[in-house]
Amino acid sequence: MPQPNSSLRPAYILGGNRTPFSRAHGAYADASTKDLLSAAVDGLVARFGLQGERLGAVAAGAVLKHPRDFNLTREVVLGSALSGQTPAFDVQMACATGMEAIGSIAEKIRLGRIESGIGGGVDSISDAPITVSDAARAALIRLSRARTLKERLAAVASLRPRDLAPVAPGTDEPRTGLSMGEHQALTALAWGITREQQDELAMNSHRNLARAWDEHFFDDLVTSYRGLNKDDNLRADSSMEKLGKLKPAFGRKLPGEPTMTAGNSTPLTDGASAVLLGSEDFAASHDLPVLAEFVDHELGAVDFVSGDEGLLMAPAYAVPRLLARNGLTLQAFDFYEIHEAFASTVLSTLKAWEDPEFCKDRLGLDAPLGAIDRSKLNVNGSSLAAGHPFAATGGRIVASLAKMLHAKGSGRGLVSVCAAGGQGVVAILEAR
Amino acid sequence: MAEMNGYQGFVTAPFGRALAKQLGLPRPARLRRYRAGAPLVPGPVLLLGESPLATELGEALLGWDLDVRTHDAGAAQPGAVVLVLDDAASPADLAAPAMDLAPALKRLAPGGRVVVLSRLRAEGDAPELAATREAITGFVRSVAHELRGGATANGIELAEGIGLDAPSVLGALHFLFSGRSAYVDGQFLVVDSTRGALPQDWEAPLTGQVAVVTGAARGIGADIARTLHRDGATVVLVDVPQAGEALAKVANEVSGTALQLDVNRPDAGQLILDHARTRHGRLDIVVHNAGITRDKLLVNMGRDRWDAVININLASQLAMNRTFLDAGLAGLRIVSLASTSGIAGNRGQTNYAASKAGIIGMVAASTELFSEGNGGINAIAPGFIETDMTGKMPAGPKWAGRLILPSLQQGGLPVDVAEGVAFLASPAAGGINGRTLRVCGQSLIGA
Repeated sequence: MPQPNSSLRPAYILGGNRTPFSRAHGAYADASTKDLLSAAVDGLVARFGLQGERLGAVAAGAVLKHPRDFNLTREVVLGSALSGQTPAFDVQMACATGMEAIGSIAEKIRLGRIESGIGGGVDSISDAPITVSDAARAALIRLSRARTLKERLAAVASLRPRDLAPVAPGTDEPRTGLSMGEHQALTALAWGITREQQDELAMNSHRNLARAWDEHFFDDLVTSYRGLNKDDNLRADSSMEKLGKLKPAFGRKLPGEPTMTAGNSTPLTDGASAVLLGSEDFAASHDLPVLAEFVDHELGAVDFVSGDEGLLMAPAYAVPRLLARNGLTLQAFDFYEIHEAFASTVLSTLKAWEDPEFCKDRLGLDAPLGAIDRSKLNVNGSSLAAGHPFAATGGRIVASLAKMLHAKGSGRGLVSVCAAGGQGVVAILEAR
Repeated sequence: MAEMNGYQGFVTAPFGRALAKQLGLPRPARLRRYRAGAPLVPGPVLLLGESPLATELGEALLGWDLDVRTHDAGAAQPGAVVLVLDDAASPADLAAPAMDLAPALKRLAPGGRVVVLSRLRAEGDAPELAATREAITGFVRSVAHELRGGATANGIELAEGIGLDAPSVLGALHFLFSGRSAYVDGQFLVVDSTRGALPQDWEAPLTGQVAVVTGAARGIGADIARTLHRDGATVVLVDVPQAGEALAKVANEVSGTALQLDVNRPDAGQLILDHARTRHGRLDIVVHNAGITRDKLLVNMGRDRWDAVININLASQLAMNRTFLDAGLAGLRIVSLASTSGIAGNRGQTNYAASKAGIIGMVAASTELFSEGNGGINAIAPGFIETDMTGKMPAGPKWAGRLILPSLQQGGLPVDVAEGVAFLASPAAGGINGRTLRVCGQSLIGA
């Protein structure tokens, strides 16, 4: 097993910025992913006075991306207040895009390759790329290659009306044809997660996020955008009663009562986030605050195609590897940020870590990782309340967690983000 | 603002000019506003006065590379006339200078300046002396009303014993000469101490200073941030989180830092101080610009509208100033935004006018508190300024506010207010403390 390398220098989280998250087709209906990511980056630049600064690198990405945005992050940097000499690259790892972008910047800093950087992500369902069908695409390519009128006519004639219907991007898993929700319904059923447990987690997410907004927690983490000042999926008055009235949305064909509703699943959301990282020297020379150290991160993946494991269970495997590498127990944390793709994702993961059989058979551990103190879980809300613009979620979590750790003054935080394709990224932050 | 530009464009074009003249409509001139590198005044300076101060002043002005003349030869078009009346002791002493000024006024260049230096009337002045000194103010204000072509007349009142050894006398004169004072008309700057310092570079008088501007996301606040940045300051821009997007844009424009914060919070002063100190190492200037209007006739107002305006416009400033003083920042230069509504009152603005009159009282009573080094606290009272806020006014009062009431026959621009703020925030204004300067084109209306 790889060990933490003591010759590396620490990488620090200096701050973050995001747009308020908006339910799809709402406040950001006319904003492109480029607009949104630009807003997040420019807000970060304004907060930290980085105008004209040449950063080491900017890494970000979007899950739903237009082909024309092949250089999305670099284009955003060019249009931003940062120096045009700041390199940028796109990252793509489904819902873990933001985490991997931040992690890769942290690694470059730890290796001494760069002094500073921004990691983040953006997604907009409202700006989803609509494509043409494969048949239409083939005909159009044939048309562009045609040399004679006859060839051109033949190419056009090969088009059938049904070929012209636009194709919206799917979030279904290409290898199983199942939506993410249907996949999670299988996992929830396997782990026996009840409707009530899921609704309770959702309710807490809303209440915690509402409290955090009321306490001005987001004053230096969010910059308003297009008239939206707050995450608009937030329901401060969420209750078990209201959540209990919602009809099941997933797993209706599975045995037993379906448990997953629109209330305990994340809605499609638009938004962007950006996190500023730097070395100790960079922070000191720029009079910037140091909130937390980005200690380590670990990627995970599971074989969900064969049905061997649930689609969103990769973090359950990645966390024990990360803990072992850093010599920590699951209980050694003051905050747990487990991305709420679905309430049952969080609950299945926690249950797996408590399960002796899973921990022995699947993780190869002598004893289960054990339970966590639930009062330390997603204390300022998570994706069920805030929403989940896929690639932007990592930046939301890391910036918020770094601020919480800095305010506490000591301790560690664990981040866990699951992703499509059976993947996930987990990370450890430590207070400064 | 677009409406105003349209009107101004029309009445300065040939047909419109003729029509406006026939109808007796106001014909607002294009004001001479500050541009980097432009001459301080648009022509030679005519210096009138016989006192020792006048002689001393002539030498100082030569040091500014100005073409200074002490006799009106009647040839050149003067860019400015300075009338030194510090030795006037009897009303009879005013006749000759007034008559001397008259021919020069006729030929004053567009955008020209008249500046009168006199003594501030004080407790204990004999009736004859007091009458003379007060007479000068009425004289200057009326000259201001008579000037056209964007020219202005203002005064500098020196407290007893204050001469050119007080840097702020020249500081005030420089401000009044320059395009920075374009919308200041019929006003008096009072210099009552020798504190303060003139800048090394008049184009960058705030070099090395750290300034906080509240309400900086838009309108006047955004232009204050831009102007302080232009003058060399590093700017911390504060506004409510709801204005964050606009705030970030202005912050990136002026290479400052954005601090999203409601000034109504009890810890606002501390958060501002912490930000300035940790991120910029110091705090030299605070501009209390954040403010709101919640206009209603008092009979319809309701407690919430009253409280919101008093809390944000006045109580928050008192609380923040207390925090700054507790932190040992008696050397701060503070500029608060008052309003001519606070001086004249305004129908539908009982809450707003109370808050703004309160600011005038606050700065007047805080002079001793902020008197360390070049510290000081003053207010700017804008008149009708073309902003989003005044754009929403009903047409009647809006056009009256723009064209009829001010002797400059137009509303001011946010930058005009910003220029006044930047001057009062500068070390050159160190001898000016506890005062309220109107930037109103010589009118008494506006939000």
